[in-house]
Amino acid sequence: MINKIASSTAQALAGVPDGATVMIGGFGPAGQPMELIDALIEQGAKDLVVINNNAGNGTFGLAALLAAGRVRKVICSFPRQADSQVFDGLYLAGKIELELVPQGNLAERIRAAGAGIGAFFTPTAYGTPLAEGKETREIDGRHYVLEYPLHADYALIKADRGDRWGNLTYRKTARNFGPIMASAAKTTVVQVREVVELGQLDPENVVTPGIFVQHVVEISNPRAYRQEHK
Amino acid sequence: MSRLSRDQIAARVARDIPQGAYVNLGIGLPTLVANHIPASQEVILHTENGMLGFGPAPAKGDEDFDLINAGKQPVTELPGCAYFHHADSFAMMRGGHLDVCVLGAFQVSRHGDLANWHTGGADAIPAVGGAMDLAIGAKDVYIMMDLLTKDGQSKLVQACTYPLTGIRCVSRVYTDMAVFDLKNGEVTVVEMFGDATPGALRDLVKLPLKFN
Repeated sequence: MINKIASSTAQALAGVPDGATVMIGGFGPAGQPMELIDALIEQGAKDLVVINNNAGNGTFGLAALLAAGRVRKVICSFPRQADSQVFDGLYLAGKIELELVPQGNLAERIRAAGAGIGAFFTPTAYGTPLAEGKETREIDGRHYVLEYPLHADYALIKADRGDRWGNLTYRKTARNFGPIMASAAKTTVVQVREVVELGQLDPENVVTPGIFVQHVVEISNPRAYRQEHK
Repeated sequence: MSRLSRDQIAARVARDIPQGAYVNLGIGLPTLVANHIPASQEVILHTENGMLGFGPAPAKGDEDFDLINAGKQPVTELPGCAYFHHADSFAMMRGGHLDVCVLGAFQVSRHGDLANWHTGGADAIPAVGGAMDLAIGAKDVYIMMDLLTKDGQSKLVQACTYPLTGIRCVSRVYTDMAVFDLKNGEVTVVEMFGDATPGALRDLVKLPLKFN
């Protein structure tokens, strides 16, 4: 019997090695797998490369992982925000590396990794500082920049419902990077609000098919952004 | 010189957004445009974090932090809305499916080059988000900005001095003093506001200007 349901976040993340590249889902707080990040902090892996759209908000979740000194490098599109004080401090002190990637290139590089694409030409960032030193090509009169896929050892994502085969549904804009990160990592760990029996997810509405998922953990009352800001 | 308020500029931009358009409004000033699209006009708003057809901010207490816009502010669902993942969302831009995006700017060049993501300062933390994808993706890129910097310099320039977001991507610039069309390096004033005059605009902008 296939059973991807893990009994705890600790069990699901036990294998994360030092130096791992870890994708973390979420767009700001929406879709950020807060409880999985807590477990990663507890687990202790260090020297991590983290791929996320942002670089943490407030002092919780991804920001707490950065504050714990576990992250060597962040690959993201939008680190600086009103509440990104943890990243800002580390960056300005030279204690963390940043690879800044335009958001659509970030998404497509992740998608490409999951889809087995070796590299792709994108018009985004052509002629800007973020394309400096990169190979370019003119195709049918338009200029493109060569970008490479972003693979990861682990993806930590948050979904709404999941079954023991790893099929997932999401909730509203919390979907964001979840489906593409799930496909791009060797090991994808998902926290879901509810684990359901096989057959309870309408197959027409499965967003991430279980083939992209290795571990599912139920967190029925995930911490909410609002609670963190009280 | 009298100038339009930010809300008045937003209302002017909204007038140029056609029925049925798919539109992305950038973070900050451009979000004001949504307040001025008449209810009779069916315009579908795109937010790059993964939604088409979002509505206004919810009432206080009804916020759902799984339902936010690109500025990470809570929004609402309109009937007919749709959710999708990030790669699909940026395919909508890069693939040329969006009709209009409205962005803010530090500078725009006469050729339509845009600088709006980074001041280039040594201690500034760079953040780009979806600005570069939007700049080259939407069929029309409209800029909404004050014409002058705080110290009176024109933000419409011969060549951008700030780091670029995209090249030759801006088609129209809406400012507090006038609306400018950009085409093949030519700058055409299509509308002036308040007591702006051709002479005054020429003195401020210091570029060859045509007038409609």
